[in-house]
Amino acid sequence: MTRFTQPAVIAAAGGFWLMAMSSVALAADGRALAVNGNGKGALPCVACHGAQGEGQPAAGFPRLDGLNAIYIRQQLDDFADGKRNNDIMRPIAGALSPDERQAVATFYAAQTAAKADEPAMADEATISRGAALAAFGDWSKGLPGCNLCHGPDGEGVAGTFPKLAGQNTKYITEQLKDWQQGKRANDPLHLMTTVSAKLNDAEITAAAAYYASLPAVPAASQQRPAR
Amino acid sequence: MNDPRYDRKTWAVGAIFLALAGTIGYMLPRQAASTNLLQSLSPQRAQAAGSPHAEQQPVGPGPAGSVAGARPPTRPIFTPPPDSKIPDNEFGKMVRFGRAVFEDTQHNAKEFVGNALRCANCHIDGGRLANSAPLWAAYVAFPAYRSKNGHVNTFQERMQGCFLFSMNGKEPPLNDRVLVALESYSYFLATGAPTGANLSGRGYPKLPKPAQLDYAHGRQVYAQKCALCHGLDGQGQSGADGTVVFPPLWGARSYNWGAGMSSIDSAAGFAKANMPLGQGNSLTDEEAWDAATYLDSQERPQDPRFSGSVAETRKAYHDSPFDMYGQAVDGIVLGQHSPPSGPPRSQ
Repeated sequence: MTRFTQPAVIAAAGGFWLMAMSSVALAADGRALAVNGNGKGALPCVACHGAQGEGQPAAGFPRLDGLNAIYIRQQLDDFADGKRNNDIMRPIAGALSPDERQAVATFYAAQTAAKADEPAMADEATISRGAALAAFGDWSKGLPGCNLCHGPDGEGVAGTFPKLAGQNTKYITEQLKDWQQGKRANDPLHLMTTVSAKLNDAEITAAAAYYASLPAVPAASQQRPAR
Repeated sequence: MNDPRYDRKTWAVGAIFLALAGTIGYMLPRQAASTNLLQSLSPQRAQAAGSPHAEQQPVGPGPAGSVAGARPPTRPIFTPPPDSKIPDNEFGKMVRFGRAVFEDTQHNAKEFVGNALRCANCHIDGGRLANSAPLWAAYVAFPAYRSKNGHVNTFQERMQGCFLFSMNGKEPPLNDRVLVALESYSYFLATGAPTGANLSGRGYPKLPKPAQLDYAHGRQVYAQKCALCHGLDGQGQSGADGTVVFPPLWGARSYNWGAGMSSIDSAAGFAKANMPLGQGNSLTDEEAWDAATYLDSQERPQDPRFSGSVAETRKAYHDSPFDMYGQAVDGIVLGQHSPPSGPPRSQ
């Protein structure tokens, strides 16, 4: 330590403090934006996505809590510039500045919401067919299991392959049909376009039912001690 | 009264005409067939010339085009039984354990594994998928002589090689429960397959030999089509619970220099048929060859047969234009700085 001048140490400490505060500030901004909107055309996220980001299963509004921040940011950018086609989200995302999009993404990635109730739960047989499809796919028609990319139990992989576990039935169903019909096409390498084209309606129903049946927070991490 | 003779002439001309027409008609598809034969054999020639992994050679019936009427080599098609046919008895239990080893090798055979891979990474659909080195096709091809080790190998010995090389681990002892389980699972998948047959879909497809292998183009293809899942650094990606979802393709946690996949022709065939996942046969042959060249020109764990000299080890085990071991890439000789083979010593 003696080799460093006092001003340098103070500057370094100040720098760390600023970095620490700015990430806190980012998350705080994200919460404020989610609750209040930005007053420039971006409506409050909570109005549709729920107070903690749990979504609205009956309406098919997706849960956002625990999704990867990079993924959320990418989707907001894609809504804004029309790469992801959605009449509700396009003006909202478009009204958010890039910094605000990042703040909202960071906020929701850090949330853990209790699961919102599905209007109707699927029967066990459908769920178990979905579980098999998610794990093994159907290679007789070149269909990989969903979890080969979305990770074990659909917990997601990094910023590219979103978490599916605990997502609501209506949202998953609608997205798969949108991929199929080319209404959604912002998938890297067109992986989802290719995969969804191989799914029939019964398989879409089963996969959606399976992921909606999973807990929002994986059992293993629930058992983990809080600290 | 000339009518009958005239009739006979007409009949004769008609018959000759019909015979000619028939012969021409007969020739047309046959010519097309022999062209296909030439095409389908050429990659096999490339394979025979280039690959040290002789076990995968498909064998044609004879020299191409030598007989006008030669038929394309028909390799029997086989469909393995579904899991629901696994019997509910002691044998069935072993088959199920074999399937569990295959899918989750990291946990169920951990004492023999020295990297981040699992069997199902390279043998897609639990060892069922044709052109992804399916287990049912391998099972009926053993015992077999392998030039890789110069003697007749049993199926268990073949699988020991998978652990030593592809899994960068240790050979399970013969009749170890892990090998018995994998053998049982393979035997189950091969139910009803003819022994000794060169089944269609065995191993990985043999692509026509390329004019050149382009490392720089391979790096571009890799960045565009492979890096999304396997990472620009080739180290793969893991899920939220730490499970490896996309396997590392090079480096200390991937297959070692003795693995079949470290040979560019094997990696190119696998990539062509199966990558990106769910989009098999979407890469051009050139893309598959060059991406394979790029990823098999990276450092990976040492060949367990390493003699102490990279040059000697190359001469003994890697003497192929499709094998980069011992070759200089960006001024560094591959194999010279390899991480040691086998599981980390501290464990």
